Formats: sequence, structure tokens, C-alpha cells
Amino acid sequence: MLRAQGRAVHQCDSGWVPVFVDQEQSISLMSVGFLLESPDEAVVWRGPKKNALIKQFVSDVAWGQLDYLVVDTPPGTSDEHMAAVEALRPYGPLGALVVTTPQAVSVGDVRRELTFCRKTGLQVVGIVENMSGFVCPHCTECTNVFSRGGGAELARLTGVPFLGSVPLDPELTRSLEEGRDFIRDFPQSPAFPALSSIAQKVLSEAPARLS
Amino acid sequence: MEEVPQGCPGTGSAQAGRGASCQGCPNQRLCASGAGAAPDPAIEEIKEKMKTVKHKILVLSGKGGVGKSTFSAHLAHGLAEDENTQVALLDIDICGPSIPKIMGLEGEQACALGHVFRTDTVWACSTVLSPPVYLSASIDWATLLDSGTQFVEDNLGVMSVGFLLSSPDDAVIWRGPKKNGMIKQFLRDVDWGELDYLIVDTPPGTSDEHLSAVQYLSAARLDGAVIITTPQEVSLQDVRKEINFCHKVKVPIIGVVENMSVFVCPKCKKESQIFPPTTGGAEVMCQDLKIPLLGKVPLDPHIGKSCDKGQSFLTDAPASAAALAYRSIIQRIQEFCGHHQPKEEHLVGS
Repeated sequence: MLRAQGRAVHQCDSGWVPVFVDQEQSISLMSVGFLLESPDEAVVWRGPKKNALIKQFVSDVAWGQLDYLVVDTPPGTSDEHMAAVEALRPYGPLGALVVTTPQAVSVGDVRRELTFCRKTGLQVVGIVENMSGFVCPHCTECTNVFSRGGGAELARLTGVPFLGSVPLDPELTRSLEEGRDFIRDFPQSPAFPALSSIAQKVLSEAPARLS
Repeated sequence: MEEVPQGCPGTGSAQAGRGASCQGCPNQRLCASGAGAAPDPAIEEIKEKMKTVKHKILVLSGKGGVGKSTFSAHLAHGLAEDENTQVALLDIDICGPSIPKIMGLEGEQACALGHVFRTDTVWACSTVLSPPVYLSASIDWATLLDSGTQFVEDNLGVMSVGFLLSSPDDAVIWRGPKKNGMIKQFLRDVDWGELDYLIVDTPPGTSDEHLSAVQYLSAARLDGAVIITTPQEVSLQDVRKEINFCHKVKVPIIGVVENMSVFVCPKCKKESQIFPPTTGGAEVMCQDLKIPLLGKVPLDPHIGKSCDKGQSFLTDAPASAAALAYRSIIQRIQEFCGHHQPKEEHLVGS
């Protein structure tokens, strides 16, 4: 998604060198994807092997000076999540951004994710509602393709701040897959102001919530 | 609750019970004795249990959020519309059990199996028989009799870890080995009875749950796997890994379902592609890999609404393009299973 497929990971004295995704070298990335011989190769690992790799990603990658380390996780409350929390806890502060779609079915699962955060002492910075409505490009009617209200409902149930909703934008998906710069190519997209506002809230509120 | 130690070499490994990280593990003696290297007796027990189950189908996806559980639920609903067909749906997404909600069974509790949560180690779980939760359990009998409707779905049973949790906020924070133990119990200790179809809904990916399901069903003959995707390359990339997984573990692939294919605006009726098929979607991928494309399901906002209400979309909107697509896919799956009958049945049926 960050146009880094096929890049190789190198070693240096302080460990693995993460892959930079932009010219300015402001965003670096590490993923198991870089360690596979082919993108179709399946990683059929049980928990202990996944845990070991996650630990390595935290302690053996030469991240350098970072303002933010963003950790993308698979759905669930299992090995990967526990391993990530354990590996990162010594390096605090550590917080969680929780993502849902508007549907009640999604809210049902994400409630359990919030319990995981509570039980592991992970401070939740806020809730983001993704795929929140689609504006028809032909007639501009907005349809709630994945129901509505899930994000706000979850925030209400759990007392966690609601950071905002991101609408569905096919151009965002297309950009991510075709390697285009979404923000440069589609500044009019409804997704951009939503994402931008959420990012601003995280930047301004996270330090206080996590201290 | 006790945890398997970090760095566990695996019960089947040569280092089982002997590694440094084995010190202090409650199962160290068991592993060191070599018992872990022998095939799990549960595999044979499950094979026996599954003799009364004609067809077993795994529903897989590489990515989350592509509509796999929605599909599994509607596959079950569709098959069970024939009241002479006995269907069961097993939800092995231990951490995100959404099947009870989608099937309108949220709040139901499974009998007897509940106490397994209080045992200390996976190995020591006692065998307890429990029936699945039947759809008829959720019916409000007084209202049903008043309304004069006749249908009762007692030919569709469901099992999920969701039925063993007392609150919608309860999280199942388990590592792999504990999840595997739960899956073993679901397959071996649930009183499935005589079934025409057992559908197994999985979490996204290719990890513990998938390996365990395939391993425990290895002697019981899985008919095959249905793989769900959306049209985007990002999803297809993970589907290729899933296909790779099926080849590695020798599970036949029934075919691929492309979900969220096209969106028809309810106002102007024009089509849009919300998840653009930048590399040709599932159609091109299936052609390249010579795997059947079972069908494409359009993105219909009513599907999500039905799931949220716990109702079958097939009965809520039977004439919709999405319902027709589902039915056609279900028919193709039935045809696949029909061609893969055990030898004795070929003699009777043909």
C-alpha cells in the first residue's frame, strides 16, 4: 500500500534497516512482506513463531529517532496483539487507536478489542469509524453501505473519544494500489479532510492521554 | 489461567520438553516423554464423530473485512431453506466471534460446554457433550404463534465461542495453543448429530486456527474451501496466499467468491465500483490460477442491515441482485459437494 513492495531489507551495525517510503525519509516501514521470496508465499506460522518475529521487529530494527511508531495489527486479541504490547511496553508511552466500521456486527467485535486494551493497560487514544458512507459519483447521493452509527455508539458505550468518520473513496483505494500520491492527485476527496482531522486530533491529544 | 511459555518449541518438535523455555511449563514432562510427537488421538476421535457429517466446507479469506462471516452465515441459511437438509455452522474465530450476532442468536448460551473456560490447562479439558444452538432457540414462541407463521429452523445449528461468553464486552485473550484446544473441543465434543453440511467459518489469515481446523479434520475428509475476497489487488494478494496455503495443506479449493463487487446507487441506479479491481478483480486471478470463480456479489446496503438485525438477507430481499448471486453461488457449492460423494453413495444415487 505504501509503494514499497519488492524492496529489500538490509542489515547494519544496529540491526535491520527499515525501508523508507518517501523521498524526504520521513516514513519508514517494516513488514514480514519484505522477508518473503514471493508476494504469493503464505506465512503459515503458529503463535510462537509470530511472537518471536514481532519481538525482533521491535528490538532488532534500527528505527533511529522517531516521533511516532504506528503498529498495524491483524484483527483479534491474540498472539500478535499480546506480543506487540509486551515488546513495546518498556519503551512507553504506548496507546491504541481502535478502528471500526459503522455496522453493529463490527461494533460487537471491537468492544472486545477495547476490553483487551483495558486488560493489558493500553490507553485508548480514540475510535475511528472507517468506510462511513459512500457518495455516488453520478448523483452525489450518500449511501450508508455498511449501516451507520457504529463509531459513535462504540464511543458512547465505552467512554472513549470518537475521533471521526472516514468515508469510502474508491480513488483512495485505487491510489494505494497504483502507487499514486493520493493527497496530491485527489485533494478534493472527502476522505482527505476526514483523515487529516483525525491525524490532527491524534497529534494534539495523544501526548496528554498517554502521559 | 496458565500460558504456554514464550519460545515454546512446539509439542511436535524434537526439542519438546527439552528446550530452555520448557523449564517450568506444566506440560514439560508430557512433551519430554515424546507423547507430543505422536499424532493427536483427537484426530481419530474427530474422524469418528464426523462420520455422521456428509459434507464439510471451510470458508477462508486472506484479509479481514471482506464479508467472510456474512457469506458463511448466508451459505448456512441458503442450504437450510430446504427443511430436509441438516446444516450446522461452526465459528472458529475465537477472538472475534461475530456469527451469533449475524445469525440473530446473540445472548444465547451453549449448554454444558461452558465450564471448559474454568479449567487450568488446555490438555486437561474434560469431554463434555453439548448440542449446537439451534436457530429455533431464538424464536419468541408467543409472538410466533400469534402471527400465524409456521417456520421453525431446527435444521440449522450454530456453535461459537460467543455462546460461552457471558458479556458482549468479554475478550478472549488467548494465544495459539489455547485456541487450538477450543477448536478441538468444538469438533470433537459438540453433539453435531446427523448433518448434510458442516460449514466452518474462520478468522482471516493462515495461522493457528486454520492449521488446527485442517489438522483435526485431516482424517475426516474436508470437501474443500471457499475463499472470499473483494475486487481490490490488496485483497487478492492475500487470497493468493490463502490458495497457496490450501495447496500446502492439501485442501481442495471449491472456488472463490468476489464480494462487494459493484454498488448500485439506490437513487440514480447507476453502478460504481467502491473497491476498484485495479488488476482485474477475482475474475482475472481465477483465470490465471485456473480456480473456479463461484460468483460475484454486489455491495447491497441491505446485507449489512440484515446482518445487524440477525436476519437472513435471502429472506429479507429475495429478489435483489445480491440474493440471486448468493443463491447461484450456493448452488455451485452444492454441485461441487454432490460430485464428491463418498463411494458408497455414488452407487445409490446414479
